[in-house]
Amino acid sequence: MLTLDRNLLHRFGLLLVILFVGLALSLLTDTFLSVANFTNVARQISINGILAVGVTFVLLTAGVDLSLGSVVALSGVACATFAHPGDHSVFVPIAVGLLTGAACGLVNGTLVTLGGVAPFIVTLGMMTIARGLALIFSGGRPVADMSNELTALAGDLFGIPIPVLCFAGVAAAAWFFLRNFRLGRHIYAVGGNENAARAAGVPVEKVKLLAYGLCGLLTGLAGVVLAARITTGQPNAGQAYELDAIAAVVIGGTSLAGGVGTITGTLLGVLLIGVINNGLDLMGVSSYYQAVIKGVIIVGAVWLDRRQARS
Amino acid sequence: MLRALELSKDFGGLTVLHPTSIDFHLGEVHALMGENGAGKSTLMKILAGLYRPNGGQVEWRERQAEFTSPHDALVAGIAMIHQELMPIPDLTVAENITLGSEPCSAFGLIDRPAQLARAKELLSELESDIGPTRLMHTLTVAQTQVVEIAKALGRQADVILMDEPTAALSDHEIAALFRAIARLKARGVAIVYTTHKMDEVFRLADRISVLRDGRLVGTAPASELNPAKLITMMVGRELADVFPVRLPSSNEVLLEVTGLTREPAYRDISFHVCRGEVVALAGLMGAGRTEVVSAIYGLQPASEGRIIFNGTPLAIGSPQDALAAGIGMVTEDRKGLGLIPAIGVGQNITLSALRDFSRGPLIDHTAEAAASHTQMTEFSVKANSPSQPIAQLSGGNQQKALLARCLLGGPELIILDEPTRGIDIGAKAEIYALIQKLARAGKGILLVSSELPEVLSLAHRIVVLRRGSVSATLDAATTDQETVLRHAMPL
Repeated sequence: MLTLDRNLLHRFGLLLVILFVGLALSLLTDTFLSVANFTNVARQISINGILAVGVTFVLLTAGVDLSLGSVVALSGVACATFAHPGDHSVFVPIAVGLLTGAACGLVNGTLVTLGGVAPFIVTLGMMTIARGLALIFSGGRPVADMSNELTALAGDLFGIPIPVLCFAGVAAAAWFFLRNFRLGRHIYAVGGNENAARAAGVPVEKVKLLAYGLCGLLTGLAGVVLAARITTGQPNAGQAYELDAIAAVVIGGTSLAGGVGTITGTLLGVLLIGVINNGLDLMGVSSYYQAVIKGVIIVGAVWLDRRQARS
Repeated sequence: MLRALELSKDFGGLTVLHPTSIDFHLGEVHALMGENGAGKSTLMKILAGLYRPNGGQVEWRERQAEFTSPHDALVAGIAMIHQELMPIPDLTVAENITLGSEPCSAFGLIDRPAQLARAKELLSELESDIGPTRLMHTLTVAQTQVVEIAKALGRQADVILMDEPTAALSDHEIAALFRAIARLKARGVAIVYTTHKMDEVFRLADRISVLRDGRLVGTAPASELNPAKLITMMVGRELADVFPVRLPSSNEVLLEVTGLTREPAYRDISFHVCRGEVVALAGLMGAGRTEVVSAIYGLQPASEGRIIFNGTPLAIGSPQDALAAGIGMVTEDRKGLGLIPAIGVGQNITLSALRDFSRGPLIDHTAEAAASHTQMTEFSVKANSPSQPIAQLSGGNQQKALLARCLLGGPELIILDEPTRGIDIGAKAEIYALIQKLARAGKGILLVSSELPEVLSLAHRIVVLRRGSVSATLDAATTDQETVLRHAMPL
């Protein structure tokens, strides 16, 4: 029961921080507390949210993925290339985007498992490779002229932005997967103690490959959603997206050493970063100061959390 | 004199040490005895500055001592050798031994020759020939233990706390350690010592304190106690005989190993295990016992040789293959190859056999919870709940949980590598009874153990390894410790 309570406390603590920030913003601005703004926040966090859910899998295995931002750009470019009006059905560019991301993830996973190269190095390499490929395929220019069917993905369905629905669906599926699938349990085991997991008969390589593959797939999805929203495939899109995503996951209580963490925690981390970004915008804080404030809050939140965990 | 005055400690509302007062005298070996979870390690860690007590105080040299870190205690002259080894794997032996007290030349640079000389001197005090320039991670568990002891010796401490220092050592290394302890004692150093080995206590200790369930049962001079009395104090009841009666085995061969080789660890290893039979692999540290059983379980496959299981030749490339064939193993290295520390006891237990509690790829949580509950009851694993992280349990309970994991999948052959290492006598008795029960149920047991009384009482046959080769196969009923040792010692 001890651990359950601590988890609750952790989530509760983070939730309190979010509510506190929300309360402060409601008092400081007259625009924060509105349905329109909340919808806006939800829309803004959905891409980071999808990426954070994906990278949660990788961080749980004690790995890391630094290539998220570049792979978002590459998937977006790949998607846009197949999305010119009248060329293909709308499913083709979507599939191309998803598969591009998944392929990058599987390459990362293969090099980590079979190649035995450290995840930091592998994904650092993928970060520049994917960026380079995005620039090569696009000729360095945004891939424009996308069909309305695809850009409609940035629109609403029943009054809810489709990116938000994607994020919600992805988060629910990931939560279900980690909780109920044998492979989900194996992810925790591999991250907790890889050698012990192997000795207990867990297919360690398969599990890691899956984690990187899923992360890649979701990165591809984020790329498609972003391309739809900005109506182009931008080879320079997604700069430093991986940092926001990893920050959200870590704020949510996932250990960089692996084996510990939840999707609920990740959701709260994404929400906190989203609310802070939104609030600073609303208060008209210059983006230079925003960067500093955000960094302080990220480190502060994790510091508070770890201090709490130690006591 | 080092005094514990009414020291107590809680962890998350659970009292692991009730107010306890013990005096430790300089120039004496003081043994702390008790089952796992009795509070010995906790008490030692408070004395060493690793834990802050919730109540009471430490008095050192007539003054109240406030140790807020192990460093404070070290400066005051109190060093500790931990049960869980804490080496830095990528540094050399010499760098590990002098860690935190590196000999320095002018400008604060490390004086390498002095560092090497110091390490060599301390190792020779333990009569060890480990090269000081070797990297820590190339050492065996036993050698690592020797280095940790050398490190504590090097602190010039007045009190050395030793938490099961001999758990991984061979008889030869233990003898060397005992001689070093005698020299320290003569120098006026106080030694606080925990062990689960009865013979050690009476060879070493001047005074014995017994803890049970976090309370001090009593302190007495060793001369006033005997093993039977001590066990009664530790477990609170008489333990007539910890070894159950051995039953005859069948003649039906379950496992046959022929010509197993992986140079330079072992070569041409052949033996068999029948259903209902306990076969022990005996030998000194480094004789290749763990390596041979690791090959059978697929942790480190052999380069040559055949494994025939249940009449079928097997190619075992990984533990997954072994488990699928019906071979289970509880490894020697509980922390490195056993526990998934952060997840619950229940999930640790079901990890290997999770497929049996699944529908397709999905876990059946109800079936899983029932299975872990049954296993925890059957193996008397003591935990607050199945979701308590296994890292928080005592060594004996962790070991029982790992046995429960291994047996949950219903293996035909069970490999047990040092199953009773570092666990208390109560848990040992439970494991002995379990081994007999499994043998009676027609399973084959392959046992690796460094404790000869255990090997002689439990096994039907003993395969003795010497430097990676089989030197003898003995019938346990007609052999004795001397014979086994004679075959185990290098010629």
